[in-house]
Order: sequence, then C-alpha cells, then structure tokens
Amino acid sequence: MATTIDDHIGQRQHSLLSWLTSRQTFWVLIAVILACAFLSFATDSFATSNNLFNVTRNFTFVAVIALGMTIVIITGGIDLSVGSVLCLCSMVLAVTMHAGYSIEVGIAASLGTALIIGAVNGVLIAYVGMPPFVVTLGMLSIARSLAMVASNNTVVYQFGPDHDKLLALGGGHFFFGIANPVIYMVVLTLITAFVLRWTRFGRHVYAIGGNENAAVLTGVPVKQIKVAVYMISSLSAGIAGVIETGWLGAVTTNLGTGMELQVIAATVIGGANLAGGVGTAFGAIVGAALIEIIRNSLGLLGINAFWQGAFIGSFIIVAVLFDRIKNLRQPS
Amino acid sequence: MPVLEISNVSKHFGAIHALNDVSFSLEPGEVIGLMGDNGAGKSTLVKIIAGNFRPTHGSLKMDGRELVMHKPVEARQHGIEIVHQHLALCDNLTAAANVFLGRELRKGVGPFRVLDYGAMYKRAGELFKELKSETRPRDLVKQMSGGQRQAVAIARTRLSDAKIVLMDEPTAAISVRQVAEVLNLIRHLRDQGIAVVLISHRMPDVFTVCDRVVVLRRGRKVADRPIALSSPEEVTGLITGAIEQVA
Ligand SMILES: Nc1ncnc2c1ncn2[C@@H]1O[C@H](COP(=O)(O)OP(=O)(O)OP(=O)(O)O)[C@@H](O)[C@H]1O
Ligand SMILES: [Mg+2]
Repeated sequence: MATTIDDHIGQRQHSLLSWLTSRQTFWVLIAVILACAFLSFATDSFATSNNLFNVTRNFTFVAVIALGMTIVIITGGIDLSVGSVLCLCSMVLAVTMHAGYSIEVGIAASLGTALIIGAVNGVLIAYVGMPPFVVTLGMLSIARSLAMVASNNTVVYQFGPDHDKLLALGGGHFFFGIANPVIYMVVLTLITAFVLRWTRFGRHVYAIGGNENAAVLTGVPVKQIKVAVYMISSLSAGIAGVIETGWLGAVTTNLGTGMELQVIAATVIGGANLAGGVGTAFGAIVGAALIEIIRNSLGLLGINAFWQGAFIGSFIIVAVLFDRIKNLRQPS
Repeated sequence: MPVLEISNVSKHFGAIHALNDVSFSLEPGEVIGLMGDNGAGKSTLVKIIAGNFRPTHGSLKMDGRELVMHKPVEARQHGIEIVHQHLALCDNLTAAANVFLGRELRKGVGPFRVLDYGAMYKRAGELFKELKSETRPRDLVKQMSGGQRQAVAIARTRLSDAKIVLMDEPTAAISVRQVAEVLNLIRHLRDQGIAVVLISHRMPDVFTVCDRVVVLRRGRKVADRPIALSSPEEVTGLITGAIEQVA
C-alpha cells in the first residue's frame, strides 16, 4: 500500500512538470517574463513606474474582452462583433449620461445594450443555425453604425452630472495605486476561471466545443448555453467599453476598431483552440499581456508603429501553427 | 405488463421517412436484438426512446402509462439509459466528466453549488472496476483505446437504476475479449430484470444474448420473432429484403 501511494505521489510530481510544459500558457508566460527582462535592460524607459502603469492599464481592455471571447472560442464559436459592441456600449453610456442621467442609469443602459446584442447573436447562431462568423460579422457592421447614429458621429466628452464619477471609475486608482481597470480585470479573470472550472455551465461549455453532437445526445442544453455564451462575450465588451470611456474621458465612433483581431489573437496565443474545446481564462490574460508588451516595446525600441498589425497577425498564425505541430507529434 | 410499448411510431425528416408505423413491446428482463441495414431507422428509434426526437406519429407507453418526452433528461428520469452509436464522447474531457455529462454531481447549497470532482472521480472509478475496465477516471478520453472509450459510454448507463438500457452498436470496433465483456454485462442487466435493446450488425452477438429479434427495413418492421424460431440466414434475408416479411 505504502509503495503505491509513493508511486502515486511520484507520478503526480512528474506529471505536474510535464503538464506545465505541455501548456501553451506556460510558454507564453515565459515569453512575457523574458520580454520584460530584455526590455528592462535594453531600454531605460520600460521599467519606469509610469510605463509599467501604462502597460498594465492598456492591456486590460483587450484582456477583459478576451475572457468573454475565450468562452465563445471554447464552444467552437467566434465573436467578431466585440470591437463594435465596445464602441456602441461606450456611446450609449456617453449619450445617456450627457443627456443628464446618472452614472447608474448610463451603465445599466450600456450593459443592457450589450446583453441584447449578445442575445441576438446567440439566437441567430443557436436557434436559426447560422454560422457564428457570418452573424457576428454582420453585427460588427450594425453595432458601429448604431454608435454613429446614437452620437450623430460626434465626439462625446461631457458626461453630465456624474462626469467626475465616471472618470474616477475608469481612470482612477482606488487601491494602493493600482489602476482601476487592472482591478476589474483581475476580478473578472477570477470569476471566469471559477465558472469554467467549477460550474456545470463551464463543464458544458467545454463539452459543446469537444463534441457538440455528444452534448446534444447526453442532454446538455446546447442552445441555451450558446445564447448565454454570446451574451457573456458581448457583456465583456460592454464592461470594457464602460471602463475605457471613464479612462479616456471621451468617446469617438472609431473606438475599438479592429480590436476583435487583438482579442482573438490574445485568446489564441493564450492557448485557446479555434476548433473548440480548449482554453483558459488565465491563458487569455497572459496572451493579452504578451501582445501589449510587444506593442509597447515596438515604440520603446524605436520601431515604426505601422509594424504592429504585422506582428499581431503573425502571432495568430504562429500560435495556430504551434497547435498544429503539437497535434502532429501526438497522432490520435 | 410490458415495461415499454411502442405503438405505430413514425418519424419523418421532411421527405425522408426514417420510421414508418413501427410497433413492438419490451418486457422486463427481456433482451431484444434490433437489426437492419444502414439507414434502416435503428438509431432514429433509439433517439425517440431517448427523448432526443419526438415521433411524428404514434406513441410510447411505459408501464402502461403514456410517455411524452421533450428532452433526454426526462428519459433518464424514467429509467431509460442509452449507449449511443459512436458513443457520444467528448475527447477533450476526462473519462469521469464524460460519464457524468449532462448530470454532473455538485456540492454546496442553493445557487452556490460547485462541481464535486472528488465524488465523480470516485464513482466513475467504481463503475470502471465493476465493468472490469482498465479505464482511469482522470484520463482524457482523447488518449483512450476503443475498449476504454466503450467502457466510458457503458458506465453512463450504470449511474442510476435503469429499467431499460438501449445499446446502439456497443460492440463496433472493440476486441473479441471486450465483446464478451459487453455481452456478459447485458446478461447481468437482464438478470436484474432490466430490459435491454441491443443494436448490432454482428449476427453472433445477437444470437448469443438476445431472446427476440426485431428487424427493420427502410423504416418498417419486417420481423419480430423469438430467437429460437429464427436463424442467422433468415435474419440476413430479412435485412437485405430477400425475405419480404415474417409474422
Ligand atoms: N436528424 C436527421 N435529419 C434528417 N435525416 C435523418 C436524421 N437522422 C436520421 N436521418 C435519416 O433517417 C434514416 C435512418 O437513419 P438511422 O440513423 O436511424 O439509421 P440506422 O438504422 O441507425 O443506420 P446505421 O446502421 O448506419 O447506424 C436515414 O436515411 C438517415 O439519413
Ligand atoms: Mg445507427
């Protein structure tokens, strides 16, 4: 008996190491640390508290949406509308508050909009059976257009009586000098990680991505879960929109343009598989961090900012390639 | 009294008539072999009994009472358990997660209930031992052999006290030894008074373990006979259509 327990423990330790090294998240985390170390030595400006404050705050918007996107991608879906939904939700918040309503009403209207858009996406995908790519691509166009209609394509920078509250919410720091957006991100990451690992909903999200047909046959409420998943994704974009509005202090109708690509890149780099069934909340955050550090370092190293798109695009391709190679090594 | 009675059931998918006016009944402790060519409608019938499909016409009765189901959970509540064709497994989940898929165990109170990993691993482990399978509850199904995957799908049927177990080709793609284990399990279920429907293309399986054979051809029932009065040749003829129909 004693030997079997020892064997068991030995096996556990061994498998912990092999488990770690088999995780994409682990390698991306290493990459983030190496990049930070390199930049601290190579530049004088990276390791300053000011720059670190900027980096952490900048990546939170992508990271928060990447949490919602990860859940969608685990089910085998995709949500291309998040950048536009972020813009629309920011605009709804701005216009509502500009009209004299309180911050509570503004946020409720904004997040309500997000939930409605997510529900429309989800119903068309789950009940009507349309491909997620098509539905959310359409919504990408619709949401941005609605944002232009809502604001008459102007910049909104006055948020009525609760103006200062909104700016403090997004731009301030309530705890120990940590930027508020970072706190929201940490809380949302913990919630997402908890839901994915410890709830029946989370288990079913993975099941749908693994084998949707099996999920249907075993009685998983696949359609309801798909609708919920797209609502969560939209809601995450809405939350990011609210925070970003408070941080920027102004909303334009080109806010969040092209953001879906950064978000998808973050999730995929963080180990989510576009084919479904695989992904973690922590991975999404680490992926978002890596993208922001690369983006930041381009500026610090004096590389033209136009290269950014090339880097992000290559990252998506390399991450998927990585996955391919892994699958080739272990034939099923 | 029959535990399950299927009366004049038809299922149409648009123009495709997958089942046409099929009736038969199932006694407790009876093992029925359901046979038929590819596309004959066997899996469709299973999915109707499993609560995945509603019949277009006809009705089901359980223990003499009308049975109307809208989702698979309801079938399970009535004591109907299924091993689906192709097993219906999620490769990305563990063996235990697959066994409990759609009825995960939870602990806690009210809205604060979380998955009970410990209990699910433990119970799944017990079931695999009962099935004499080498399957480990924490392993991913992706890495499993055909026999282990089979064990996972079959373990599902042992989670609750079933009255009826339907097995849609449970012996496809497994070794001779494992086929024998599955057939033993079917006998074990029968001895407990559980009714079993075995769908198989393998004549020897059906003739070793079944009491009765029902043959479907193009959605119609063409035979329903005690196994002792039939023969593999006759059944083959019925499946292919060489023999039109027997009483
Ligand atoms: N969801 C569906 N939609 C449309 N047609 C279907 C559906 N499910 C089954 N069918 C059709 O119904 C018929 C019967 O199919 P079924 O799967 O019941 O056959 P089967 O007897 O199980 O065959 P096999 O031995 O190949 O498993 C086939 O023509 C099939 O194409
Ligand atoms: Mg079939």
